[in-house]
Amino acid sequence: MAKIELTRSSFIKNALKSRYPQLAVFIVMLVGYIFAILAGFIGTPVGSHNFSIVFVWIAWWAILILVAVPFFGRGWCAVCPIPLPGEWLQRGAILTPPDKRPKWLNLRVPKMFRNIWLQNISFLLLALFSSVLLTTPNITGIVLAAMLFAAIGLSAIFERRAFCRYLCPVGGFIGLYSQVAPIELRIKDKQVCVKCKDKPCYRIPAGGNGSSAGYGCPWDVFPGGLTKNTYCGLCLECIRTCPHDNIAVNLRPFSADLAKPSTRMDEAFKAFIMLGSAMIYAGVLLGPWGVFKDAAYNVGASAWFIYTGMFLSIIFGILPGLFTLGLLGTKSNTTLKHRFASLSTALIPLGLMFWVAFSLSFVLINASYILAALSDPLGLGWNLFGTANTAWQPMLTSILAPAQTLALVGGLIWSARTAQKAASEVKVSSIPVIVYCFATTSIMLWLLL
Amino acid sequence: MKRSELLSRILVITGIIIAIGAPLYFWTSTPLIRARMPENGGWSPNVVHANVGEPLRLKLTSDDVVHGFAVGLMDMQSVDILPGKVTEVTLTFDKPGIYTYYCTRWCGPNHWRMRGTIEVNGSPSDPEPALSEVERVPLYVSLNLDIDAPHDAPVVPAQKPSAIRGQELIPNSPFLQSSDYYRSNSPYQAFNDLSNISLTEPQRWDVIAYLWQSNITPESLANGKRLYAQNCAACHGENGAGDGVFADDLAKKGESSMQTMEGAMEMMMQAPVDFTDPKRMLGASPALLQGKILRGGMGTGMPMWGSIFTEEQIWDLIAYIYSFQFEYQGAIP
Repeated sequence: MAKIELTRSSFIKNALKSRYPQLAVFIVMLVGYIFAILAGFIGTPVGSHNFSIVFVWIAWWAILILVAVPFFGRGWCAVCPIPLPGEWLQRGAILTPPDKRPKWLNLRVPKMFRNIWLQNISFLLLALFSSVLLTTPNITGIVLAAMLFAAIGLSAIFERRAFCRYLCPVGGFIGLYSQVAPIELRIKDKQVCVKCKDKPCYRIPAGGNGSSAGYGCPWDVFPGGLTKNTYCGLCLECIRTCPHDNIAVNLRPFSADLAKPSTRMDEAFKAFIMLGSAMIYAGVLLGPWGVFKDAAYNVGASAWFIYTGMFLSIIFGILPGLFTLGLLGTKSNTTLKHRFASLSTALIPLGLMFWVAFSLSFVLINASYILAALSDPLGLGWNLFGTANTAWQPMLTSILAPAQTLALVGGLIWSARTAQKAASEVKVSSIPVIVYCFATTSIMLWLLL
Repeated sequence: MKRSELLSRILVITGIIIAIGAPLYFWTSTPLIRARMPENGGWSPNVVHANVGEPLRLKLTSDDVVHGFAVGLMDMQSVDILPGKVTEVTLTFDKPGIYTYYCTRWCGPNHWRMRGTIEVNGSPSDPEPALSEVERVPLYVSLNLDIDAPHDAPVVPAQKPSAIRGQELIPNSPFLQSSDYYRSNSPYQAFNDLSNISLTEPQRWDVIAYLWQSNITPESLANGKRLYAQNCAACHGENGAGDGVFADDLAKKGESSMQTMEGAMEMMMQAPVDFTDPKRMLGASPALLQGKILRGGMGTGMPMWGSIFTEEQIWDLIAYIYSFQFEYQGAIP
């Protein structure tokens, strides 16, 4: 399937180029985000009736993992409110660049942090506390507020969106999985970029920002060099700044970015972290073993430390260890590290489908809480839309198991195909990776069904 | 500054003010009584003020598990308070005083500690005739009973005394059948008082079982059973054996309190009383049990019920508690 340039439509192009539609969404999102923080602190401590838990961990998560990431890649990042206050303060403006920039430090992020290891760590930190985080409104409020203030703090010190690019616990896996999405932002003609002298789409010159039309890439990416979605936050700034109208938003085949496997270890381990987390959550949060649930919930207790040890061992030891063992038998001219990183690309569609299958369980079971929380978001006895007394009722339970099976088996086939392509790139056999994917999928099927 | 930038800033700032201000305003203007397990704070607030004759509208919510709400000494149905939901209750008081509201759901081992007070001011809307000193004093006080003193029966029956068998053996002794006698004496005292009558020991116990039943009504027993199931069975057990769902927790608390207290007695006192123990129960008069229920057990987990149960309810409860010792005629509804 060939690419279809969506920005050829003048309506789409103008809607993306204009700042006003995005600003309208930003304001709604920011208001909702601040409300979620407050709801966490002042609303009912009963998670299933608190806006912060229901709308963040059920509604938002469902939209993110079931729709936004698979179909729009970093579409969420395009409207995420977390970086906005920091970015606006950093820029000294909400819309177009002002004449004078505010005196913020605008330091470059040190090279050692210019990878997604910090995002791997921040995700793991949330993952290890997830049982408490996902059920306790004030903890959710604290985490949401902490992310907002961390983004403001990093914007005050570093240039661009340092939080989004290097620290956001969500942004890391969205970037990884956005490679499979059928949407991309790319340049139209490379030669135009080569000849472009100012490169306002990237540059932040000393005297101002990008150009009078907009800012240099907040994600620290030169659009002319974009080959995959991972680090493009779809902020649309380059569409506004490009003086040559050389930026396009394209519809493309799924997983187009995976044809060229990454060789970065931080991204490879992100794939293992996400794969392993989905499996552990399926066992701990949805499985029948109360002892695991208790251990995950009792943060600080000795059982929780054992749980943490097992969690990290599975993610950093067992899963990559078995994967490496499988690769040891393959013959190749490339180094083991190179093969490890390249072939872990196969785990990207598999991991995404693991998360889809896992999320279907708790989203369909808990979705009815959304209606109740919509009418009474703080648990104060309101009934804004007449749905406050909606009884808890699992939804679409008859299609849950078939849908999960379809997601997992589909993910396995998708991964096997990706493994074949990645293996041919590094000229090794794909069989060990396919066997690995088959084994992990079988475990996931057993855990969920 | 461009007009569009200014407008954007105004919009953003307005949005932030609304996002923060609106929930804070509604939160502060919606007074809720929050129910939490007693270990986590119980009722909050635990003191509410009201005026005689003016409706008091309460909004109650639970922050953890299902709780119940009722006000002692008032004729009201308890209401459930569900986690995260708001339950509204309207109360009207016709007499001033301090009323106790309490949890009616077994929410945790310290469930009985979950109480608050409603301070009602004003004049009674319908003044009642003043009671005499004797009428106001509970029976156990007027009898000068030391309700904390040991009161075990030295002799107990070999089998459960039967009111059915006792009915056929009843001697013609008017004093035994007066309600004053029943409330003031323990079954063991009655056993002694019957010692001059030509009956075997088991027959005397059967007569006592009949005497105890003849002083109560089936309605009283049924009401006692209902009150017991709602309020007592959590600790004392459905069958009165001191093995309710919280009994083990209370016993553990007793054991841990041993770290700072002396002797085994304190530890044992934390365990709920076993109403099926004949030694203990046959040595206790209804008046003594009234004292225990009304005042509560000093140094034990037994709460004070005087601010919750009416006198009639306490006598009904006592009537039911003796059914763990005596075999009565007919099933208790």
